[in-house]
Amino acid sequence: MKKRSISVFLGLGLVVLGSLWLLQRLLMPKYMGDIVEGALISEYYKETTDHDVIFVGDCEVYENFSPITMWEDYGITSYIRGSAQQLIWQSYYLLEETLKYEKPEAVVFNVLSMKYDTPQKEAYNRMTLDGMKWSKSKVDDIRASMMEDEEFADYVFPILRYHSRWQELTSDDFKYLFTKRPVSQSGYYMRIDVKPAQTFPKPKKLANYEFGENSWKYLEKMRELCEEKGIQLILVKAPSLYPAWYDEWEEQIKEYAKTYELPYYNFLELTDEIGIDFTQDTYDGGLHLNLSGAEKMGAYFGKILRDEFQIPDRRADETIASAWAEKCAAYYDMQKRQQEELDTYGYLKMFNSDKE
Amino acid sequence: MLFTSYGFLAFLAAVLILYYTLCRRFQWQLLLAASYLFYYWSGPKNLIFIMVTTVTTYFAALKIGHYGEISAAYIKENKAKLTKEERKAYKAGMKKLQRKWMLACLFLNLGILAVLKYTNFAIANINFFLDAFHVGEPISFKNMILPMGISFYTFMAVGYLVDVYRGKYPAKRGLFSFALFISFFPQVVQGPISRFDDVSGDMWADHKFDGKAVSFGLQRILWGFFKKLVIADRILTAVNTIIHDPATYDGIYVFLGMMFYALELYADFTGGIDITIGTAELFGIHLKENFHRPYFSKNIAEYWRRWHITMGTWFTDYIFYPISVSDPMLRFNKFARRHFGEYIGKRMPVYTASAVVWFATGIWHGAAWNFIVWGMMNFVVLMVSQELEPCYKWFHKHFNVNGTLWYKIFQIIRTILLMSALRMFDCYRDVSLTFRMFGNMLVHSRIPQLFDGRFQTLGLAAADYLVLFIGLLILIVTSLIQRSGSVREKLAAKPLIVRFACWYGLFLAVLIFGAYGVGFDSSQFIYNQF
Repeated sequence: MKKRSISVFLGLGLVVLGSLWLLQRLLMPKYMGDIVEGALISEYYKETTDHDVIFVGDCEVYENFSPITMWEDYGITSYIRGSAQQLIWQSYYLLEETLKYEKPEAVVFNVLSMKYDTPQKEAYNRMTLDGMKWSKSKVDDIRASMMEDEEFADYVFPILRYHSRWQELTSDDFKYLFTKRPVSQSGYYMRIDVKPAQTFPKPKKLANYEFGENSWKYLEKMRELCEEKGIQLILVKAPSLYPAWYDEWEEQIKEYAKTYELPYYNFLELTDEIGIDFTQDTYDGGLHLNLSGAEKMGAYFGKILRDEFQIPDRRADETIASAWAEKCAAYYDMQKRQQEELDTYGYLKMFNSDKE
Repeated sequence: MLFTSYGFLAFLAAVLILYYTLCRRFQWQLLLAASYLFYYWSGPKNLIFIMVTTVTTYFAALKIGHYGEISAAYIKENKAKLTKEERKAYKAGMKKLQRKWMLACLFLNLGILAVLKYTNFAIANINFFLDAFHVGEPISFKNMILPMGISFYTFMAVGYLVDVYRGKYPAKRGLFSFALFISFFPQVVQGPISRFDDVSGDMWADHKFDGKAVSFGLQRILWGFFKKLVIADRILTAVNTIIHDPATYDGIYVFLGMMFYALELYADFTGGIDITIGTAELFGIHLKENFHRPYFSKNIAEYWRRWHITMGTWFTDYIFYPISVSDPMLRFNKFARRHFGEYIGKRMPVYTASAVVWFATGIWHGAAWNFIVWGMMNFVVLMVSQELEPCYKWFHKHFNVNGTLWYKIFQIIRTILLMSALRMFDCYRDVSLTFRMFGNMLVHSRIPQLFDGRFQTLGLAAADYLVLFIGLLILIVTSLIQRSGSVREKLAAKPLIVRFACWYGLFLAVLIFGAYGVGFDSSQFIYNQF
């Protein structure tokens, strides 16, 4: 009798846990439709080979650099650990986590996120944090990122956060219940469409141009972490025309780089040399580069990485070459699919379902 | 700390585990520590007020009890020596002493309540007259703190003190154990207004872990969560939209708002009490029920016997009866009978005492005229229905409808409509606006207004209405089942698979359809503010 009771109890427990797990998976956003940025972070865990270069930062890294070009041109293996409005502490903790899996030669950090000293938006937090595997880095990242109205428990049990999505479920939620399709190639988010750069409003005058204490703290932590691990930290400012990058900010970064002898590249000042044409190389009017622009950036920066930092050419390594061959195939396949959509509809349907 | 917050659930789980793992001798001490910690989180300064009420009531009751004991011992000892008159005189003298202590303590504690809760209301009224008569400068409002649950714990303390004075039970010995009665964390937020003798059997006893009691407690809490999160907090959006924009939402929307609020208030308040009672049950403590399916009442008097029962009985026992049997009232009774005849003279003292009770009920709910008018309107409706009793009798004599199902349903709907209409004072929080909107509802309500586009702007989607409709059905069905006994007991007798399906289904309903977390404004329980 007692044995039977234990079996029943265990059976019901399994039903409860199984159904809750299933419900949680169903209700969590899949980021497979218009907004795929939320799926970027988790894709890293599917990588089979190590990387020599790790990018961390916001949309200015995952939309502006093509790792495939860097591989094809220079044999550089790289991965972009970026997500939408990724704050500097999120970049730091993602880097900390990445270094538990591998030890790259160089880490590239895009400095735009220095402008944010406090958590900004819950939706962006979730896009960065939900995809991370559980680790101390994730816990610290959540604690650093939570907005006032957020609860830690909502990250531990995402069903508590997404329970109200039952009203918004689409076929994608069922289709990608257990497996998702890849949305990036080595963390790069591809867009092949073109929308020439527009005129942006004159940058607003700021009351204070000093980067915040928190931003400096995490930049410092990032520098120390790289130093401790013997990794070259490279600071960059991607060539996005908007949001504004102020001269005062530029000076502070330059000063910091000089103090700690860190390389710093402001690609906004190098667009002519790179060959970026903002009438052709951006898909959203100058905020982010399209594939053509990202490939130009990849070619240009890849050369710097090879020549200035001696990042090795791994094309002779069969295992790595085979893994990257698959990535290249996926890259060109995505390019082809986007081109077909562009030819058929005149826009990228996969990112604009509302136009249907 | 909100009952529906993760913090409260974590706190409750921790206290519960400690409660049944610690030595049983220390169970009530643990509850006291937990209660004071819980109260501390509402604001450290608040502790001072609850401590003052606890200490003063405790010592005043001891003193009253002490005089009572002295009196009884003296009379017993000197029974043979004293004449009946001497005994009576001695008793009266001691009673006077007891009354002094009681009145001093009541004055202090009700004074604290009055000052903290009603000072700004008094200032607002004084300023109104100063302005009307162009006299002097307006008085500036004071920044008063309102300690959590002050109305509830003050009433509990007053009830205890008066009961000791009346000799209903002896004064409790042990300041800390008495402190638990006043501060017990599940009930300090929004009641019920417990009586000392109702909980004293459970509160300080040793409690062995009882699986059934704990699971019943958890079930009751879950049911409360369902009412609060799935129904009350979901419909809240539409209620707020309607009452905060009376210019846009007039006509039939006033009626809709009125009915939505009736549902919200019921689900919110009874849900909160379910959580309170369920939480207490987890610790083996049984609190008084505060509701008895009030929306099944067939008239307003019955409704008030079934809604917020502990408040109603408190006002009856500690205001209505004392006023009714007080010397001035007995004199007034004689005077009224002599001057206005038997019929009116008999009613006038009763109605006077009732008016005082309803005025107090109104102002207890909030320091604002809308609450006072709401209370007095309840009194008027009760008085009118009492006076119309002969008409009802005539009607029932000539039309044989009494007792039929349809007539019962009519009576229930009539009571719900009447109570909901009165609650408009609570909704709009402004007396003249409430009268205006009530008139607007009666004159301008048209069914087609529901299809003029405003309905879609209430903040609820079709799916929300579906959830509310199903939630309401579940409430009604549960209430119907409850008429023949405890739903939990009935379910407990069912096969495991049925029990599991019901309770796990309810848990999933709360988890998925509850209005909580990011994207929802977590709403305070309505009765927390009192």
